[in-house]
Amino acid sequence: MKSGKRGIWLVTTALLSVSLLFGCTGGKGTPADTGDPEPGKDGETAKKIITVTFRDDGIGENGAFYKWLKEVSASYPDKSVEIKPTPIQASEGDYFAKVALALKSKDTAPDIVTEDTFILNSDASAGYLEPLDDKLAGWEDWGNGSFIEAMKKGVTASDGKVYGVPYNTDSRGLWYNKDIFKQAGLPEDWQPKNWEEVLNAARTIKEKAPDVVPIWMNMGKATGEATSMQTYEMLLYGTGERLFDDASGKWITKSQGILDALTFVETVNKEKLGPPLSKVLNGQAGNTASREYLPQGKLAISLDGSWITGNYMETGAAPWPEYKDVLGFAPMPTSQGQEPGSITLAGGWALSIPSNSKNKDEAWEFIKYALGKENTQKLVMSSGNITVRADVAKDPEYTKMPFNEIATEYLQNAEFRPAQEKYPEVSTQIQTMVESVATGTSPADAMNKYAQDVTRIVGADHIVEK
Amino acid sequence: MSSLSVDVYPKRRKTYTWLFFLLPSIAIMLVFFIYPILLTFFYSFTNLALTGEAARELKFIGLDNYTRMFQDPTVRISIWNTLVFLIGSAVIGQQVLGFLIALLMKQRNKTFRRVIGTIVLAGWVTPEIVCALCLYSFFGDEGTLNAIITFFGFSEVTWLFTVPMLTIILANIWHGTAFSMLVFQAALDDVPNEIEEAAVVDGASKWKIFTRIIIPYIKSTITTNMMLVTLQTLGVFGLIYAMTGGGPGNSTTTLPIFMYNQAFVNYQLGYGTAISLLLLLIGIVLSLLYIRSMKE
Repeated sequence: MKSGKRGIWLVTTALLSVSLLFGCTGGKGTPADTGDPEPGKDGETAKKIITVTFRDDGIGENGAFYKWLKEVSASYPDKSVEIKPTPIQASEGDYFAKVALALKSKDTAPDIVTEDTFILNSDASAGYLEPLDDKLAGWEDWGNGSFIEAMKKGVTASDGKVYGVPYNTDSRGLWYNKDIFKQAGLPEDWQPKNWEEVLNAARTIKEKAPDVVPIWMNMGKATGEATSMQTYEMLLYGTGERLFDDASGKWITKSQGILDALTFVETVNKEKLGPPLSKVLNGQAGNTASREYLPQGKLAISLDGSWITGNYMETGAAPWPEYKDVLGFAPMPTSQGQEPGSITLAGGWALSIPSNSKNKDEAWEFIKYALGKENTQKLVMSSGNITVRADVAKDPEYTKMPFNEIATEYLQNAEFRPAQEKYPEVSTQIQTMVESVATGTSPADAMNKYAQDVTRIVGADHIVEK
Repeated sequence: MSSLSVDVYPKRRKTYTWLFFLLPSIAIMLVFFIYPILLTFFYSFTNLALTGEAARELKFIGLDNYTRMFQDPTVRISIWNTLVFLIGSAVIGQQVLGFLIALLMKQRNKTFRRVIGTIVLAGWVTPEIVCALCLYSFFGDEGTLNAIITFFGFSEVTWLFTVPMLTIILANIWHGTAFSMLVFQAALDDVPNEIEEAAVVDGASKWKIFTRIIIPYIKSTITTNMMLVTLQTLGVFGLIYAMTGGGPGNSTTTLPIFMYNQAFVNYQLGYGTAISLLLLLIGIVLSLLYIRSMKE
């Protein structure tokens, strides 16, 4: 009797442990939701599922991209495929990591993915993305001047191949509140000629309107790429210096331009022309400036991107119908007013096809449809972005949107971030450098630290000092 | 003891049975613990990356990740921050506070113990991320703490910015003290009343009873608890990440935060794994120290 009981226990334990071990093997039998044709229900013919991955910043189905995708897929003529949104809800930084992880495996890679041009080159070097040159060659729109030629640079990786079709871009400049300017006795049609004029305007505001933050620039590590691009690179490129020397293929780690750019940041903080550090060194700093301070009249000048007006639309995060009249958008001048007079950095997003996608041809057909003139226009107008298509840029409906024309005009002098796979890593060093200057480190010390860190990342053979 | 059991049960059968019954747990340990650790160890010698050229081909780069780690000034800052956080919130905070609460509750009436116990436990049962959000809104610029102090006429303090390390230490104390309290409560209940009474009869003062009877009696519990709390605190990530993100600057960047930044913000998984091994090493060294002190 006793041994019989023990026998039962032994069998049960053995079964349990075996089942546990089976649980450890990958569940190959379960259908992945990533584009395998699913058997049709109720005898319908099988539909191919094309998954589209994009970033959901927390507003879910109310997001501009989500709504647009729904609309475009509803009108998509090819009914044999189903377009399935598979958004990733994440902060901007986490989105890139999550996408990279998803693209690594055939089981998780979507068929279409939205890529920031900033990470596109890295993902292309990693072999995650499909080069589109052959496909683009057969697409009339790509070759006939419908796309603004300069925008193709943003989706071309360092190997010279194109890895995505751009759908929006942005420019950067100085947003300013005309009401505050009037109150401080500054011109409502403000066109600063050099950095000194920008600083002087901020000084005047500090004196005349002491409750207002004179100028806001993102200066923290927590704001990530916004600190690198909207603040540091706008300043650095305005001195005539660049991050990366294309001729020699080396990163510039020390130069007068870097010092000048950092000195601007230092001046803003030393003279207390900027926001309180507790607000600006915070991950939410960008939203605090664009969604709270600027609309509430607590901020006079903001060095930010053209997209912030997307917040002020009826469907945006901080509706503000008066923004059209209250806000002005001045070009960011070069440091001394030297040629070309003003500067802007351009970024933007593109649709790419992952190498691990199982439905590349169907995905490409959909991209062509979605990024044709009409559909692109709908997307940029609902999200407050700038178009990459020349035909949309001329459309009266597009140009009548406030600031669209002016922001598109700035793109003439637009610069792109270096299409280098080390850029994302160098960018985090830029953020560290800018934050350290904002918190009191001298520009020279911060630059030395930057030089050390960048050398470590790219190797001593790939740096140059000027 | 062991010779006795060998005599009672046939030796060979016993060996096989214990092995058999341990098999499931050994399998689980191998798959979910040993294998990942070995894999981490392997990856720490490679250039494994999330994106970029390195993601295409995995290369063996020898000790590069480790030499980089020892040259990186942020690693030194992170180790320092980890130790400050550990000593402040675990060794001093949770351990001492938990012990004090347990001691004060000893032999009090049931209602008192229940009420206080529940309040302290509230912090512990709250999930880490919820706890982080609660304390973020408590210490935030427009948070509860500032509302209280401005009510009394003081000016606002930007807690998370001016004293970030203190805020995360307090948060972790609030979150974790209950664990130590429970452990010490159980230990203190085991101290026999007779011995204490005998000491009182012999004229021992309260302080003498505390240092000569209670502390020696629960010494092994103190060490065990110290070890558990230390290991828990070394791995704290969500709480710090949600409250300060490791900032401002690097002032609250502990090793887990630094590891995350390297692996998922800079996409250098290989370097990240090397840092995780450093963290593991620190945990092992501290555990060994505690175990050794227990033997003495």
